[in-house]
Amino acid sequence: MAKLLDKQRYKCALASMQTVQAITRAIPVLHSGPGCAQKLSDGVGSSGYFSPNIFPCTSINEKDVVFGGTKKLASTIENALKVIDADLFVVLTGCIPEIVGDDTAEVVSQFADARKPVIYASTAGFKGNNYKGHEQVVDAIIDQYLKKADEGEKIEGLVNIWADVPYQNLFWLGNLRELEKLLAELGLKPNTIFGYKRGIENIDLIPKAQFNLLVSPWVGLKNVKKMEKKLGIPYLHYPTLPIGASETSTFLREVGRFAGVSSEKIESVINEHESYFYYLIERYADLFLENRVINKQFSVVGDAQYVLAATKFLVNDLGLFPAKQFITDDTPKEFQSAIVEEFKKLNYGIEAEVEFTTDSYNIHNQIREHDYHGYPLVLGSYYDKEVTEELKGNFLNISWPFQDKVVLDDFYCGYTGGIRLIEDIYSVAVQRFN
Amino acid sequence: MTINTNSSNVATRENRIGSITGYIGNLKDLAEKSACGTLKGCSRCFSQSSTCLSSCALAQLSAIRDVAIIHHGPAGCSVASAGAYYLDKVMAKKRGVTNDTVYVGTDMNEQDTIFGSTEQLGKIIREVNRRYSPKAIFVTSSCATGIIGEDIDSVVDDLKEEINVPIVAVHCEGFKSRIWATGFDIADHAVLSSIVQPPKQKRNTINFKNFYESARPEIIEIFRNFDLEPIFLYCNSTVEELSHISESLATTCICGTLGNYLGNGLEEKYGVPYVRSINQCGITGFETWLREIGKVTNRSEAVEKYIAEQRAIYIPQIEEIKKELKGLRAVIGMGPGYTFEVSRVLNELGIEVVWALAWHYDKKYENGDIPPSMKYLLDNDINFETSISDQQNYEVMNVLRKFKPDIYLSRHPGSTVWAIKNGTSAVYVADEYMIFGYKHTLEFAKTILDSIRNRSFEKNLASRVKLPYTDWWYEQNVDAFFEAEKENKKVTI
Repeated sequence: MAKLLDKQRYKCALASMQTVQAITRAIPVLHSGPGCAQKLSDGVGSSGYFSPNIFPCTSINEKDVVFGGTKKLASTIENALKVIDADLFVVLTGCIPEIVGDDTAEVVSQFADARKPVIYASTAGFKGNNYKGHEQVVDAIIDQYLKKADEGEKIEGLVNIWADVPYQNLFWLGNLRELEKLLAELGLKPNTIFGYKRGIENIDLIPKAQFNLLVSPWVGLKNVKKMEKKLGIPYLHYPTLPIGASETSTFLREVGRFAGVSSEKIESVINEHESYFYYLIERYADLFLENRVINKQFSVVGDAQYVLAATKFLVNDLGLFPAKQFITDDTPKEFQSAIVEEFKKLNYGIEAEVEFTTDSYNIHNQIREHDYHGYPLVLGSYYDKEVTEELKGNFLNISWPFQDKVVLDDFYCGYTGGIRLIEDIYSVAVQRFN
Repeated sequence: MTINTNSSNVATRENRIGSITGYIGNLKDLAEKSACGTLKGCSRCFSQSSTCLSSCALAQLSAIRDVAIIHHGPAGCSVASAGAYYLDKVMAKKRGVTNDTVYVGTDMNEQDTIFGSTEQLGKIIREVNRRYSPKAIFVTSSCATGIIGEDIDSVVDDLKEEINVPIVAVHCEGFKSRIWATGFDIADHAVLSSIVQPPKQKRNTINFKNFYESARPEIIEIFRNFDLEPIFLYCNSTVEELSHISESLATTCICGTLGNYLGNGLEEKYGVPYVRSINQCGITGFETWLREIGKVTNRSEAVEKYIAEQRAIYIPQIEEIKKELKGLRAVIGMGPGYTFEVSRVLNELGIEVVWALAWHYDKKYENGDIPPSMKYLLDNDINFETSISDQQNYEVMNVLRKFKPDIYLSRHPGSTVWAIKNGTSAVYVADEYMIFGYKHTLEFAKTILDSIRNRSFEKNLASRVKLPYTDWWYEQNVDAFFEAEKENKKVTI
């Protein structure tokens, strides 16, 4: 049912065009109105090999609404194959064709023998937000492109990693690369399909993997389950994006054990990282303890991925104390209780209260009313800046929409990511004195 | 034109003023065919994504201070609210005012497309009004709500008694028009029909329709010479201010495409003269515009005095720099409100326009005349290759590859970056005041020189990236995907 979406923190399913865009040399072909791509792109960091104004689009008009747009879709795909130099064409349907009943599957099937693969995903805006749309695109790849690998084709130690929704968070690229690095240190062969030099060859590798590693509270669970069923790939679901020493070490132990890595190997990787991590923390412990700006209580406002990840880091590594946390990605009901449980797995039996809400008015009122025992620390979207400033708190923009930060390949994941997050939080703090 | 403010619907530019988005030829041919009525726009059997008219409409309305935009549709339609929030905050801060405009969505889902959600919409409107007490409420539709026939007009009518601020339905279905500038008309229509009041007294004010009032202090200064006070629209406007724009001495705008509907509407409904001159870009443009303002507001003497003073300062400097610009070749791609104005300035500066792309073309303006910028070029015997293309990037790239200009000038996000990747120097003319008057014309000329004198960035990038188009495409004619079918055929749904 329609609801008041006050200061929205997600886009619609069609924004999964950004998931496609993140796959090197894959291009979305939009069966939608002329301006959907521009609206759904962020304008910053999206002028890569393909940019939204390169995406072929049927640019549906009134006539197509009345008579259907399948003919236009066919000519758009046909000519896109001639004009655009891409490895994979992913047709995405917007609201209009899905309401008027265009048979997109039928049109796409006409291109089964095209010289490049053409697949499609149902991504009408009213079908869900971009977290759901992202899953639709990955599902389309599984259902329409991937084939089960024979046992003999499996590659020992090959692990497919799935984490952030590309572009929804600025750190998706850096996070994926850092996760790859960490797995490689365990002696595994990481495989991802998003970002620099990750394209159709990586998609082709997916079925050959030993297992899928999903690092996310809920987004992507549907995909890895589908791959288990259809492609026979087992999966490890690690719900927390690891930030900082505590969580990253736990992560490495769990992944290592699942992959059959020896505990000596795992512990040696962990030791080396923790040693450097605590060398830095030791040097800056004075800053963390002896400033007049940052108090213990904090709130994180964002998608389940970042709220959970940042909460665990701030509590378990930095010793801060959670006020209420707000998850704004419209998490489907069936996943909520498992996520709530994760917020109870904090040191010293601390349990963080968490609310699933998409209503920023409500979030802001609760932040205003909460007793942070001093200046609040709020990690959130740009919308949360004003209310934090009103409370004389410290604000860091870590979730969409972003206006306060330019990120090319920075990341918050892993040991190094934890250090980056600390740098960002305290760069805000040192600008003030109370 | 007859503006019917009793209806919330605005006819599209295609249907109202015969606008087109597909043409290839030259300026003279385009003008001649427009004049004798034989100009037929083409459609394309292949296109790349462009812009949604709702982005234009709601960017305008959401820039007004302390109002509410309620965008009834799926979350993707209202996603512009994030950018609007940011812009409202920074633009207000820049002016030293506050802006508490709210732009919300209704996150329509599949069930709503089947059963409708007008009842829920009513509740949402009431709740927004309760939370924020906005000074006006704009309730807007989307493609999805338009197709399923959500009657937002009735929802709004039913709430008019209960809500004691202006509330109006704004019809923003993106499929209605390929010309996103129709969105400007939609925004103007909403303001004219719900906020502007009949004049009670004349004021010394002049309505100035622009985008982001970046030259505000400077224009206030200029108009002080003529004892006129500009009211900048709509960025940082208040509802109270807008209710009085019928009392101004005249309306002018920075871009004909942007201001045409409001200017004509105010003239037709309240007799406020609309300044229909070429725009303020370049020397001739600036002077013609100032003189026209002098004429309609009876201030010709003061205007002439100002022109004489300013000419003495700037003309020698502009003449000097023209020597360095001579012989440069340019391709430009902009909305028609700028393409045919900037091409005049380039001609004035001695830069040859080898190809001009306009993102659409209005055969005539609301008063039935051809756009003044076109008339000027024709009267002065200026001609060049021209195409009308709704930001079809593959066509721009084809032109750039074939014509190899010294510089590409564009005004729209995501356009200049492609020229640079092609190795072509580019200047992003985003600020609508970038070529305003003598001072900025001089700066613009200098920026062009700076750009072509250091081509490092484009050279470095172009030598390392592959372009996304096939060789096959570059061998085709620019109009390879044009279809002769008439685009402006009227369809009623």
